[in-house]
Amino acid sequence: MKEKIISVGIDIGTSTTQLVFSRLTIENTATAFSIPKISIVEKEVIYKSRIYFTPLKSETEIDGELVREMIESEYVKAGIKSKDVDTGAVIITGETARKVNASLVLEKLSGLAGDFVVATAGPDLESIIAGKGAGADLLSKAKRGVVVNLDIGGGTTNISVFKDGEIIDTTCLDLGGRLIKIHPDSMKVEYISKKIKKLAENMGVQIEVGEAITVDKINGITNRMSEIIEEVLGVKKATEDLNLILTTKDLKRNYDIQYISFSGGVADCIYGEYSDENNLIYGDIGVFLGKSINKLGLPNKFIIYEPTETIRATVVGAGSHTTDISGSTITFTNDIFPLKNIPILKLSSEDELLGYEELSKAIKEKISWFGLQNEKQQVALALKGVKSISFRELELLAQTIIGGMEEILSMDVPLVVIVEHDIAKALGQTIQRYLEYKKDIVCIDAVNVGNGDFIDIGKPLANGRVVPIVIKTLAFGY
Amino acid sequence: MISEKELKVIVEQVLSEMKGKDSSEVKEEVATKLNENVADQIDDNELSDITMVDMKKQLLVPNPVNKEEYLQMKAKTSARVGVWRAGPRYKTETLLRFRADHAVAMDAVFTDVSEETIAEMNLFTVKTKCKDKDEYLTRPDLGRKFDEEEVAIMKERCKMNPQVQVIVADGLSSTAIEANIRDILPVLYQGLEGYGIKMGTPFFIKYGRVPSMDVVSEVTGADITCLFVGERPGLATGESMSAYIAYKGTVGMPEARRTVVSNIHQGGTAAVEAGAHIAHILKEMLDQKKSGLDLQL
Repeated sequence: MKEKIISVGIDIGTSTTQLVFSRLTIENTATAFSIPKISIVEKEVIYKSRIYFTPLKSETEIDGELVREMIESEYVKAGIKSKDVDTGAVIITGETARKVNASLVLEKLSGLAGDFVVATAGPDLESIIAGKGAGADLLSKAKRGVVVNLDIGGGTTNISVFKDGEIIDTTCLDLGGRLIKIHPDSMKVEYISKKIKKLAENMGVQIEVGEAITVDKINGITNRMSEIIEEVLGVKKATEDLNLILTTKDLKRNYDIQYISFSGGVADCIYGEYSDENNLIYGDIGVFLGKSINKLGLPNKFIIYEPTETIRATVVGAGSHTTDISGSTITFTNDIFPLKNIPILKLSSEDELLGYEELSKAIKEKISWFGLQNEKQQVALALKGVKSISFRELELLAQTIIGGMEEILSMDVPLVVIVEHDIAKALGQTIQRYLEYKKDIVCIDAVNVGNGDFIDIGKPLANGRVVPIVIKTLAFGY
Repeated sequence: MISEKELKVIVEQVLSEMKGKDSSEVKEEVATKLNENVADQIDDNELSDITMVDMKKQLLVPNPVNKEEYLQMKAKTSARVGVWRAGPRYKTETLLRFRADHAVAMDAVFTDVSEETIAEMNLFTVKTKCKDKDEYLTRPDLGRKFDEEEVAIMKERCKMNPQVQVIVADGLSSTAIEANIRDILPVLYQGLEGYGIKMGTPFFIKYGRVPSMDVVSEVTGADITCLFVGERPGLATGESMSAYIAYKGTVGMPEARRTVVSNIHQGGTAAVEAGAHIAHILKEMLDQKKSGLDLQL
């Protein structure tokens, strides 16, 4: 019994805005004699929009109305109505996210993009989405090695590191093809980002808006930019400039990288052939940057891999790879979905070794910290749980959770518990019993989340057996 | 165990004393000395339990080209792959493990569910027409029938016409019942309570096969009968239990009307989660008034 859902991905980047629709197929792959095992068995991109330049009102302001019109016209072209969209993600990436009206744009779009859609993404989640869109996760699994994907866009370079299919590290650099815009005829600089201006100054080069720039100067700066990529990959020793250019924290570099892939708009300038006359075809330094990266000795160090998606990696990732589904035996009391942006409190493995009484105290304490930082708000409790738990232990665990989550239970919000091991249905039912069936409960399993993540839980699928989830990872964050 | 060095000492000792004795006496002497030593030194606790080795993590192939990949594959199967060989035969460890696992399976079939377990679960016992294990194994037809007296016990002790009648049978693995029943029954009861479903009087069937549940369905008039039964043990586990569930079961009904949840054991679906899931199935069955292939889950 297959079920198909439609997922939308919208990526509003520094330079381009794109949309894709994907069809996700959900199927129970277990035999009729066992507990169901429902998973996403197929992901297919069914529609790709044109690649638009992101409409800006000024250098720092997105034109929300124009974006909405663009997206609306793409829905019409694809023949898909917003009510048909079950899940997906709208992400404002790169420099744009930090621009003044990002939240306004999201507000304008959220009604349009279906009921259950991610609102924003931080640089780490963007990196993961781009990496998955480029297929770096699958490559690392197939090759059983470490793959780094660099998604080099207009404003930022999102870097994700995958090992055996799992994400192990992310970072983001303020490096991109549109950080200097140049008029192709007059060679006058129309825009330069603050950080790149500083980077140039550190090299002893002054670049001013309104003044003409030479090809040598451009090459100088893009060569330096590509060196910073070598620094972050550990090929060259890190300099102070790397710290300047890092958006978040640095890569850990405690693993051996075997494969490298490039995605994002600049990737096409790396893999593709551009003659010198076409260097300024986009009115920016993108082609120069691509050529500079191409000249690096990276192929001597790593195997360079060309992904199936380059400029569309982020949008395909947003459309196809943000939604996951829960385990197939879960508890929820009422259809109270979608639940959005619930912060996760994950117990550490040391916590879980505590006796149940101390564990209860530990949860309480952590919840109160949460309250201090964020005022009183909904929190989902995440834990690993015990693999083959006895009924007695299950009862103790349920009581522990209820004791620890006292503050949340006193609020008018559902109790959300996320366990890794497959015990959610039994645990949920036990908690329900202790709460005398008076409280809304969501207890899901087979979900791996980290402290500081946020989770969205959508409307149940497959006859109420599973819920779609989107985990917004900040785990490597800030 | 006796070491080579110690063995040498014993042999030397005997040799020095043997002057003038014939060879049969010498043999005896060595044997006695050895026995003394061995009996002194072997303690059961020193012998490692061969069945404690997790075979999914054990690779006996020497110098594999890609050990990691091989172990990844092994993690997904309980089949005995990557066990290597000694000439054309199994290695000693593999052979011993095979025999040990076979013994576990034999035990699972031939032991009985203990009286304590049955009492602890608040069950009473009825027996099929089989008079002992041997008959139970050789006469499958008798394992699904009851004598009049046994039916009378059911009638006397059971609440009639319940929504759900729960029964437990030893089936082909008493070990499976011992391993799972303490965890699955309370979770199931709790789940049913949560759904507001009324249960009958649970009991235990000795020497029971799956179709014995149909007699129970007819006798108690239950809407649904749910039987937990020990599965035929294999070499992977002797602890696997199944639930067979039927809506308005009747003797001789088609097997397609039974809903089955199988592989309830530590390495498969854990008993507590299975119990919670089965509670949900029972609710669906009552709502849809169907079971087996007709039931839409």
